[in-house]
Amino acid sequence: MSLLREPGARYAPPRVSALGLRALILIAASIGVMVVDHRQHELTAIRTALSAVAYPLQVLVQSPVAAWNWMSSSLATRSALMAENEALKTDNRDNDLRLLRLEAIEQENRRLRDLLNAAPRDAETSKVASILRVDLDPLRHRVLVDRGTSDGVTRAQAVIDSHGIFGQTSNVGLKASEVILLSDPTHAVPVQVERNGLRTIAVGTGDARRLALPYLPRNADVRVDDRLVTSGLGGVFPAGYPVGRISEVKRDPSQPLATVSAEPAAALDRAREVMLLWLHPRVPMPASEPAPPAPTPAPDKARDKPRSR
Amino acid sequence: MNTMGRAARWPIYVCSLTALLLSAVPLPHWLDLVRPDFLLLVLIWFAVMLPRSGGLLFAWLCGLALDSFRGQILGENALAFVAVAYLAHRFHLRMRMFPLTHQSLVVFLLLAVYQFLLFWIDGVTGHPLNDWTRSLPAITGALLWPAVTGLLGRFASRA
Repeated sequence: MSLLREPGARYAPPRVSALGLRALILIAASIGVMVVDHRQHELTAIRTALSAVAYPLQVLVQSPVAAWNWMSSSLATRSALMAENEALKTDNRDNDLRLLRLEAIEQENRRLRDLLNAAPRDAETSKVASILRVDLDPLRHRVLVDRGTSDGVTRAQAVIDSHGIFGQTSNVGLKASEVILLSDPTHAVPVQVERNGLRTIAVGTGDARRLALPYLPRNADVRVDDRLVTSGLGGVFPAGYPVGRISEVKRDPSQPLATVSAEPAAALDRAREVMLLWLHPRVPMPASEPAPPAPTPAPDKARDKPRSR
Repeated sequence: MNTMGRAARWPIYVCSLTALLLSAVPLPHWLDLVRPDFLLLVLIWFAVMLPRSGGLLFAWLCGLALDSFRGQILGENALAFVAVAYLAHRFHLRMRMFPLTHQSLVVFLLLAVYQFLLFWIDGVTGHPLNDWTRSLPAITGALLWPAVTGLLGRFASRA
């Protein structure tokens, strides 16, 4: 390799003479950084610092969209606002009624679980986060939300929207963190068919309206319109949240596995606000009812993000 | 050219920052798929036309910035940027001689090298994405090259 022979060396001063050498050094440095980042996850501090620098820029990028939203909401007509208010009031009343029943059922459930000596379900606390309108890689299903370590967000934390499971956090910065959507091709979530408790894994396909369930045998008891909920295995997602609805079941007699797809419950490509969940394992047999403690990180080893075949 | 001494640095900073912001501006999905790699185009232009204003280290830092901006593995874009910037620096005198369409072709090759390196790193780190849409930014980037040269040429000549 001719590191020192520059085509323009005769009349350009030899400032770029060691160009190849410098390129090699920098490439080696990049490989080093990648290995450390990918294998050991030891650059979290640097990443956090970098994303703290990037955050104002990202806010700047989405500011025209934010300004447009603000304009259109502040210029909304009175009648539209009234109608919206009316609809929200109706919703709220319905939800209140449902909540009353739910609380009673939750109490009952806890008593029954105590009777069975079953491990109590984890308690959850949540925080609302809004999605920043910043485009990341178009081929990966990731979004940026405006909560970070300063809000107690950790890696591999469940994210839901008002219809179901949305995804989980991956890179967490100081003020913003990246969320991998259910539909990302590298994401998988342990699920259960609600009707019969059949457990399997729902894998993202890269299409925001479709999840794949590739590990069901041909004779598995699934039907179109079955609801899928999280099974709670894997430790990232709490059990019982809706994931989707079976949209297609194909059984090819020559194949050992059925081809099953589901439609995600969450509005993966439309949601503007999501909720971050913190799980707090409840101590079985509490001496006194424990108040939900400060957010604790989910166990890192139980991450079920990377899909392994 | 030697009378200029050290080229002014601020145009490259301004252009790179703008390109970095452009790389994240929200667009509809179909436009997002063909979004050219603005930052890399800017770096190539400066490497070819004003090779003294930004060196390889600057390209590396830009790559790191893009990595953290997009939440990719740190070093992925950095490596690809350094490789492309090296090629652009290496052949900048030849590239200046080419007519514009010919330049676009070379830029397409450079952008293809960039996409290939990203593809390769993605594969090694276990996020393979072999989608044919991956190659679209290289094509749009090459098509955009005449506009980039016009704009940046005018901007940098005022500096």
